[in-house]
Amino acid sequence: MAPATSNSTVAAHLARQSAGYSTIRIQPPRGWFNLRLKELWDYRELLYFFVWRDVKIRYKQTLIGVVWVVLQPLLTMLVATLFFGKLAKLPSQGLPYPVFSFAAVVPWAYFSTAVLNTTNVVVENQRVITKVYFPRLILPISAALSGLVDFSIGFVVLLIFVLSYGFRPGWTILFIPLFLVLSILTVLGVGLWLSALNALYRDVRYLIPFLIQFWTLASPVYYSSSMVPDRYRWLYGLNPMAGVIDGFRWALTGTGHPPAAILYASVAMVCMAVFGGLIFFNLMESTVADRV
Amino acid sequence: MDALGKEYRRGLGRPSGLLRDTLAKAMRSPASLFRRELTEKFWALRNMSLEVKEGEVLGLIGRNGSGKTTLLKILSRITRPTEGWAEIHGRVGSLLEVGTGFHPELTGRENTYLSGAILGMGKQEITRKFDEIVAFAELEEFINTPVKHYSSGMYVRLAFAVAAHLEPEILLVDEVLAVGDIKFQRKCLGKMGDVARAGRTIILVSHQLNQIRRLCRRVAWVDSGSLRQLGPTHEVVSSYESSMSSPEQTDSLGRDSSSLKARFTHWEIVVPSGDGEHTLTSHSSVKIRFQLDVRKHIRNAQQGIALFNVERQLIWATAAQDISFDPGIHHLDYDFPSLPLRPGVYSWQVSVWEHEVQVELWDAVPDLIIAAPNYQHWRDEWNGVLNIPSSFSISLTKG
Repeated sequence: MAPATSNSTVAAHLARQSAGYSTIRIQPPRGWFNLRLKELWDYRELLYFFVWRDVKIRYKQTLIGVVWVVLQPLLTMLVATLFFGKLAKLPSQGLPYPVFSFAAVVPWAYFSTAVLNTTNVVVENQRVITKVYFPRLILPISAALSGLVDFSIGFVVLLIFVLSYGFRPGWTILFIPLFLVLSILTVLGVGLWLSALNALYRDVRYLIPFLIQFWTLASPVYYSSSMVPDRYRWLYGLNPMAGVIDGFRWALTGTGHPPAAILYASVAMVCMAVFGGLIFFNLMESTVADRV
Repeated sequence: MDALGKEYRRGLGRPSGLLRDTLAKAMRSPASLFRRELTEKFWALRNMSLEVKEGEVLGLIGRNGSGKTTLLKILSRITRPTEGWAEIHGRVGSLLEVGTGFHPELTGRENTYLSGAILGMGKQEITRKFDEIVAFAELEEFINTPVKHYSSGMYVRLAFAVAAHLEPEILLVDEVLAVGDIKFQRKCLGKMGDVARAGRTIILVSHQLNQIRRLCRRVAWVDSGSLRQLGPTHEVVSSYESSMSSPEQTDSLGRDSSSLKARFTHWEIVVPSGDGEHTLTSHSSVKIRFQLDVRKHIRNAQQGIALFNVERQLIWATAAQDISFDPGIHHLDYDFPSLPLRPGVYSWQVSVWEHEVQVELWDAVPDLIIAAPNYQHWRDEWNGVLNIPSSFSISLTKG
């Protein structure tokens, strides 16, 4: 493949490198594992601009902007309290049901919207993808991160809400960032696969609502994970959001105990999903501009 | 430092079919998912080798679909080659579209930052050049207005201004100069010339041969995915122009003609004779002949003809009604007192319709070349579509 390089070209090559030129070699996709994370770092400013764009556009297009972000989880919590708390009388780990569900609804709202956005991000940016090069990985990452602005607003409301119920979160609140990182990674673990698949097969977009609905039921958003029999607990923990949601409740209210068993399974699951997702996305990346 | 350069040697092939219907196909025969469909493959580019020196402005010319854009897309890393390799020394900026990354809801200022970042500028770099960009686009008053309220001219000006301030060592440009009004186009060309003089390497794809002539010293002619000719601009451009008017590549599309009731097979200039069958060098009267091979009777037919310029702008068209064709070879002759058109490349499109249903449509190959003397203004920007000989006199009527 590689031609015999004469000494003079080598010399010129070295001269160029010392002159501060970067050399890019373009060749057919080779190997299935070359994530080029260094390149991703070089493009971090573009990542920032994509997140910035998403956030700007979101708040420009809606009439009530921030109000909507606050209203959405609040209303979900109210409806859940009415039906699951008051009517179905689901146990809530000794917490008032509104607190119990609100602590779950805020991270869950982040998760479900972020999965949806991440899935569509490659397709929505197809014009840019076919006209300019940048590491495509930036797109799903930016979609996963831009939901954090909504989340932050929701989290402040959640904090006020929890305080108003008389809870005084202790040192356990320091674990919140950990659970947040876990949910971002979960979004990526799912989103990398789905965004790549969606670029190849547009039908994926129609599957997302079902997936989210299904996933809501498989997560302890409206019911307590303690309802799951002990011997199936590890299986339940394969859903990383189970660990995240239990973690949020524990960290905010200090009641119950850290979701240890579930959490370990969740972390392992997420790591595998992200790792596999990176490889899959990377494989798709080399052909995506020809396909979207 | 003369050995600086970029070396290419590559070929590329990729499946042509969109894979959207793969699932549907898999339903019918699940095994097909794993089978490579060799028949659908074609090489958009193959065995292309060339080297571009630092500071050189290279033009890429060729017919639509010849692989020019594919080459640019590989060099800008938008798509990857199937085989071969290329080496690029320096930062690459690609302008394959004007307004890459623009979002209608965002203001001019926000889009400047966004598009700049997507094209490869850093935040500080954009901030530093911001005033210059806005001044170049002449949009000082509207920079905080969402671009959805911009006229298309304003939009293009801002988009190009951002792109023109990109300062990579290597710039890949695809046809984007063909936008905006003439005045702004010239401004852009000037800017691009500045960039070239500043020692940057540019690869420029264009169908506008005048642009190529003005900007490039060397030109590569790409034909069906491979390099046909590489050399000094005037040599390559003129052999490209003459090939467009030679009949050698008639009907290279390989239309499936068996099912057609009629098909056009050939066209030529009958009068004046002697200039070449597809080149006009004078303003005298013209007879154009199209040859139509009719297989089955066609009743109540219409026959249409249209003339386009190189930018695919319609120059003229007409249609004859209520004709009937018997099987056999027909000559369809059009007589014109003259074709007073600006020198350049034009193309005919002829069609046959039966009861409003299209029977045949032919984008005539080769193109029509008009190489008659130009009677227009000596300055380019005052050259219009028509090229009409005129006489001028002054007489004093009241003294």
